[in-house]
Amino acid sequence: MAKYLLLKHYRGAPAPVNDVPMDQWTPEEISDHMRYMSDFAARLEKTGEFVDGQALAPEGTFVRYDGEGRPPVTDGPFAETKDLIAGWMVIDVDSYERAVELAGELSAAPGAGGKPIHEWLELRPFYGVSPTITE
Amino acid sequence: MDEVLLRSLTPSVLAILVHRGADFAAAEDAVQDALVEAVRVWPADPPRDPKGWLVTVAWRRFLDATRADTARRRREDLVDEEPAPGPAPQADDTLQLYFLCAHPSLTPSSAVALTLRAVGGLTTRQIAQAYLVPEATMAQRISRAKRTVSGVRFDRPGDVATVLRVLYLVFNEGYSGDVDLAAEAIRLTRQLASAIDHPEVAGLLALMLLHHARRAARTAPDGSLVPLAEQDRGRWDTESIAEGIGILQAALARDRLGEFQAQAAVAALHADAPTAGETDWVQIVEWYDELARLTDSPVVRLNRAVAVGEADGPRAGLAALAGLDDSLPRHTAVAAYLHERDGDLVTAARLYAEAAEKAPNLAERAHLTRQAARLNARLRH
Repeated sequence: MAKYLLLKHYRGAPAPVNDVPMDQWTPEEISDHMRYMSDFAARLEKTGEFVDGQALAPEGTFVRYDGEGRPPVTDGPFAETKDLIAGWMVIDVDSYERAVELAGELSAAPGAGGKPIHEWLELRPFYGVSPTITE
Repeated sequence: MDEVLLRSLTPSVLAILVHRGADFAAAEDAVQDALVEAVRVWPADPPRDPKGWLVTVAWRRFLDATRADTARRRREDLVDEEPAPGPAPQADDTLQLYFLCAHPSLTPSSAVALTLRAVGGLTTRQIAQAYLVPEATMAQRISRAKRTVSGVRFDRPGDVATVLRVLYLVFNEGYSGDVDLAAEAIRLTRQLASAIDHPEVAGLLALMLLHHARRAARTAPDGSLVPLAEQDRGRWDTESIAEGIGILQAALARDRLGEFQAQAAVAALHADAPTAGETDWVQIVEWYDELARLTDSPVVRLNRAVAVGEADGPRAGLAALAGLDDSLPRHTAVAAYLHERDGDLVTAARLYAEAAEKAPNLAERAHLTRQAARLNARLRH
């Protein structure tokens, strides 16, 4: 019973095996890819392991506090930002091994030529609760 | 209306439906419906016989659901309106339910969810909130779990140890929500203890009571962890401690030691000490020796190293730690603590910071980071 975040990157992850940008795919390949993703989420819901999944637009803004009574400062987007997150899925599984297994399946989503992308996904554990019994 | 009392009727009502011939999965759904109905109707119109009311409503729901199914299957089967004459519910029906919900074919998270619903009478929504997952996910987890155990015979004896592991998980890794899972785990373990006479069930109940007694003192108002040695012992629940110690002593007298009794014995020795300085660490080390014999768990040996550090000094603790795999959770935190006790503040500060990086939860990380910061501030002066 542990939650994990599967992070998908626009930029920042090592190059996938099937490294063809999405805008070079055929429309059918894009549809197949999207269907794979939503089927994957639906399957996880059925196994009782799905928590959340979201996709993010690539264009973001940096914001920071600028002192009392002043509006926040905004900046960016920065083209040089190395790590750009595309989206995530949150899963609730019984073991780390199961989380790795699911990340592997998600990474097999089809891309160009209908072949798996072999995309690198980042797997991050959530902090759990502090257990009652520790000594 | 007392919701806990209502929920305590769940296992026996469910068992009655199963005895009348309903399959477990459908019976469980029907009981859940009846519980929801009771919460709605009882406040204005309390029944004279709550259990009888639940059985009647649940059985009607079961028939309705079965009839709807039958209609869908073009009435291929006919269902008896009258309850099948099954054997009267047995005293150990509750026990069978515990076995079924903790069946070894279930994953830990499924067993926990099914136990909380079918034995505990919690709603899917409450369980989902407690474990911070969407209700649809929890509903699927529960229905899969029911499918998994659908072929298991209801009258077959199970292994108490599997049930205890599930209850321990509910108690120890309970999240938040509007249900107090620690209290619920205690209630379910208490109910189990009245259904079966087993020293380890008593041991787990004692362990839970002794830890629950310290709950109010475990966190500061800001939510940060308060280590055992720094807890305000005046805030410990003495009634709960007395009950836990009484249950433990009766269990130990049976001379069938198990890991939960041994863990409870450690907790009892902590609970018994008027101040941290008066803790009987020598006896605690002896109990960890027993535990190590019983479980051979590296976590036990790690805890034993802490106890040795208190009983025989930090050097002895570090020696006990030396033989253990340093990738064990909390190994670095223990090393940091023992080095600080030994006067090596530089090493301790470094290890506390390292331990914070590896902490399994935010509260521990914050605690360890504060320890590192405290030592670093001292080292600067």
